[in-house]
Amino acid sequence: MTATATDITRAEICAVACAEIFSGAGEIMASPMSPMTTLGARLAKLTTEPDLLLSDGEALFFADTPPIGGKAPTEGWIPFRKVFDVVASGRRHVVMGANQIDRYGNQNLSAFGPPQQPTRQMFGVRGAPGNTINHPTSYWISRHTKRVFVNEVDIVSGIGYDKVDPANPAFRFHHLHRVVTNLGVFDFEGPDHTLRARSLHPGVSADEVAENTSFDIAGLAEAGQTRTPTAEELRLIREVLDPKKIRESEVPA
Amino acid sequence: MRDKRMSLDDVVGELRSGMTIGIGGWGSRRKPMALVRAILRSDITDLTVVGYGGPDLGLLCSAGKVRKAYYGFVSLDSPPFYDPWFSKARTEGTLVAREMDEGMLKCGLEAAAARLPFLPIRAGLGSAVFDFWDGELRTVTSPYPGPDGAAETLTAMPALNLDAALVHLNLGDKHGNAAYQGVDPYMDDLFCLAAQRRYLSVERVVDTEELVKSVPPQSLIINRMMVDGVVEAPNGAHFTLAGDDYARDEKFQRHYVESAKTPEAWQQFVEKYLAVSEDEYQAAVREFAAQQESAR
Repeated sequence: MTATATDITRAEICAVACAEIFSGAGEIMASPMSPMTTLGARLAKLTTEPDLLLSDGEALFFADTPPIGGKAPTEGWIPFRKVFDVVASGRRHVVMGANQIDRYGNQNLSAFGPPQQPTRQMFGVRGAPGNTINHPTSYWISRHTKRVFVNEVDIVSGIGYDKVDPANPAFRFHHLHRVVTNLGVFDFEGPDHTLRARSLHPGVSADEVAENTSFDIAGLAEAGQTRTPTAEELRLIREVLDPKKIRESEVPA
Repeated sequence: MRDKRMSLDDVVGELRSGMTIGIGGWGSRRKPMALVRAILRSDITDLTVVGYGGPDLGLLCSAGKVRKAYYGFVSLDSPPFYDPWFSKARTEGTLVAREMDEGMLKCGLEAAAARLPFLPIRAGLGSAVFDFWDGELRTVTSPYPGPDGAAETLTAMPALNLDAALVHLNLGDKHGNAAYQGVDPYMDDLFCLAAQRRYLSVERVVDTEELVKSVPPQSLIINRMMVDGVVEAPNGAHFTLAGDDYARDEKFQRHYVESAKTPEAWQQFVEKYLAVSEDEYQAAVREFAAQQESAR
């Protein structure tokens, strides 16, 4: 199969945007938490970021880079308790999902409603508080809607920029790097560290993003277009890493 | 050396209502489910439960036995991920939630293991974790300022002291030496170190000599000082996974979730799987698996 630029899907655009989350990351643990971000991290490792450490999602580090759902030789041991050591060391970049995210990057994956009697229970805060205060954190949102991009999250699991106390150096490692969605690529370089549009995916308008976000996004009118995959990236996505198109379960073609 | 072998019901006989109980494993992984089922058969209630929650916490909630829970997450680890009974207890407000970052739970167990009142940790700062703790969680400021003269203020994670710990491992001897077999020890040694009374169930009780020959020394995470009672409970982590011994029973876990949806379905689940002895549970589970197989 020869990859062509004419039939590039939204999911493939997203995969490359997720890979670029790790640009310049170096020799750290990449912890993607969904199929699309796993595809992105593996694509980064096979292209520009060969020194990334990737786990099988359970307790082993991969020596090679397998397809999504596949096996590979391993190079090390990373049981859950050692992950907490890595978190505290800062040598990690996690890409979490979010049930809610606000303009300052506060994220919720815990529950909806009041803490002691929620209206809907999800996971609890999981590792989000420790992740966000210790090392680079990005988010992947497969369906960019107003229900996700809210004015105020119900429960702050991952901490946003307005939670950082500048007088307390314990917060000095907080860094929210990117938010990649099915509509575009964002960061928190707007005024006062608010959400800013870096690029919109081909075919996505600023109006479409605005209509699906509860707050104003900085730089939305000026945002350019997300780059399309190179021929090599398309080959790796389609033939090596995700021949079964698992990516389309998150972002339909 | 003491022979610490007990039955599941002997262990529960040593527990009391109102205790703070730590439960080992992680999510739907190597949970001491046979011991949890034994608690369900008892009249023990009003428990404070500490752990990386899964269907263990769910089952205890289904029987209204949990007053308060300290947890980093609650997950079934496979679809639908959210435990139905924990969700019900939370949305009905029937338990007090002390939700925290996953790393804070490990930190609190380590503080208890070292008999310290707290350990500092970065996780939790700026997050809603403090809202969940109603003043039970404080910060601590370093006596050592950084190079710029500013001192860090960190979360002072309190010791998670346990009245009892329940853990399930793969292999052990009758004295309480035990090993995991698989890729992850989880935090089971920490749960035992943090507790006054420590109860271990294992897939197989073997001679000490066979135990140490069967695993590398690094897998011997539990020693005699860390255990008060040993229960032989084959398939005792079912329906969670148990390292090299068996995988998660995904079909049965889904059946558990489906059964929670109506009172009628749950009553049937209770009658068949919970209001029975462990042997009867295991027989009913084998029957369920056979039915699933023949229905294919």
